[in-house]
Amino acid sequence: MSADGNGALLSVNNIEVIYDHVILVLKGVSLQVEEGGVVALLGANGAGKTTTLKAISNLLRAERGDVTKGTITYRGERIDRMTPTELVGRGVIQVMEGRHCFEHLTVEENLLTGAYTRRDGRAAVQADLEKVYGYFPRLRERRGSQAGYTSGGEQQMTAIGRALMARPKLILLDEPSMGLAPQLVEEIFEIVKQLNEHEGVTFLLAEQNTTVALRYATYGYILETGRVVLDGAASVLAQNEDVKEFYLGMSAGGRKSFRDVKHYRRRKRWLA
Amino acid sequence: MEMLRALTYGPLVEMWEYPIFLAEVALNGLLTGVMYSLVALGFVLIFKASGVFNFAQGVMVLFSALSLVGLMEHGVPVWAALVLTVVIMVVLAMVIERVMLRPLVNQDPIILFMSTIGLTFFLEGFGETIWGSNVKRLDVGIPDAPLDIGGVLVSTFDLWAAAIGATMVVVLAIFFQKTPIGRALRAVADDHQAALSVGIPLRTIWVVVWSVAGMVALVAGIMWGSKSGVQFSLSLIALKALPVLILGGFTSVPGAIIGGLIIGVGEKVAEVYWGPAVGGAIENWFAYVLALLFLLFRPQGLFGERIIERV
Repeated sequence: MSADGNGALLSVNNIEVIYDHVILVLKGVSLQVEEGGVVALLGANGAGKTTTLKAISNLLRAERGDVTKGTITYRGERIDRMTPTELVGRGVIQVMEGRHCFEHLTVEENLLTGAYTRRDGRAAVQADLEKVYGYFPRLRERRGSQAGYTSGGEQQMTAIGRALMARPKLILLDEPSMGLAPQLVEEIFEIVKQLNEHEGVTFLLAEQNTTVALRYATYGYILETGRVVLDGAASVLAQNEDVKEFYLGMSAGGRKSFRDVKHYRRRKRWLA
Repeated sequence: MEMLRALTYGPLVEMWEYPIFLAEVALNGLLTGVMYSLVALGFVLIFKASGVFNFAQGVMVLFSALSLVGLMEHGVPVWAALVLTVVIMVVLAMVIERVMLRPLVNQDPIILFMSTIGLTFFLEGFGETIWGSNVKRLDVGIPDAPLDIGGVLVSTFDLWAAAIGATMVVVLAIFFQKTPIGRALRAVADDHQAALSVGIPLRTIWVVVWSVAGMVALVAGIMWGSKSGVQFSLSLIALKALPVLILGGFTSVPGAIIGGLIIGVGEKVAEVYWGPAVGGAIENWFAYVLALLFLLFRPQGLFGERIIERV
């Protein structure tokens, strides 16, 4: 990770996000995503993971949120004032938490909506559709059924497949494990890994399931109440005592009384 | 006894004895139904694509008809006036998107609904300021002569209306089901946020959908206007479109059509056969009572989208 953010695919520099002009959610978050990486954004509920992703994809504006300070650059270009449509056109796409499929559209129609911004012709889209079915054979079986009636796992696959149809360079994946059985979570992350390796898609993923996320990610950031409190290579984070204790549910001295747990408030680290 | 007979089976006997007359009444009702359907169609389009119940649809019918008549009165030939009116409706859609929908993005549906009520008042006043408020005659050259089909008298105008209505439904169905932009419209209707996340530009979609609704309004305006003159009361047919929507389902294009036909036929038949027994005016309330029954027993309407619940 280059400290200055130069050369990174995506660079978030000390951003602050305010919802509805009053609620301060992110208090100076900085992070870098290198091309070809799988970067995990970890933290508890309300830490600001989703908000960070939405600030990048700019879905924030539709929720009356606003980036009030800091900058976001993608390939050296400022993107914090771009519309989601422009961003998707540049290859940055978000897969939202909770799947968000188009319930009344069929699985295949869902996938095709992902290609809305593309202008490279029907044949190319069709080829990519086949590719998505290659990664998710289950979707091919369900192609004709309404997405609302498919299982949670299939919906998550549909959502990821839909994003793939836009030919993304960077996928912002929000909580892919939500509400899925452990086996399916593993399956989804396995596909993330394949996409990363074979399609060259970079991932920035927000996860509460720290164990799985750190196993598949190359680098990780830990957020707490709107601040980055810790970051490092995934393997290093997984060995960190604090991370083990607070996020992986392991501690050196066996079970501990809650009273003895030290309060964990490390100061934000300035990356810039 | 006589009263009871007139209220219950009397009319049925009459129908049986004079089938030609029944056919005429029913046909008349069907063709009125087409007109209701046209208005309801505009509602469905906007509701489908933006979840907004557009109270101003009725006034858009009036406004488009007023614009058309106004242009024709200034000596613009029919075809040019039609093109210009379409342009006016598209511009209107753009303005609505810019000043009404964009600032209210992500607000509650009720707030958007209220803003369409505001739009209703604005368009009423604006239309009358520009084009005047007296009743105007609209004649776009659709022939109107009685036609004898197997002993049943039909107006050719009504047949034209039915044909145009049917064409529009087919075109819209293809547009919604088969084209990428139609697919995007349905996607937006399902989930704004998700549509935004895959890069569908909501603003463009809104302009498209309001433009299409404007054109549907124009067709409805031409039909109603040619029949009963272009006047303020034209906007009130929107009220008749409400029960049509409840019957057919708010999100279904075929529903709007069938709902319109059922109400058209139903109210005409009820008026002619049962009207005398209750002192007439059934036509005025029939649709609403029917709608009430539907709300009680089948709230999503005949063809409305089922609310998907996974268990």
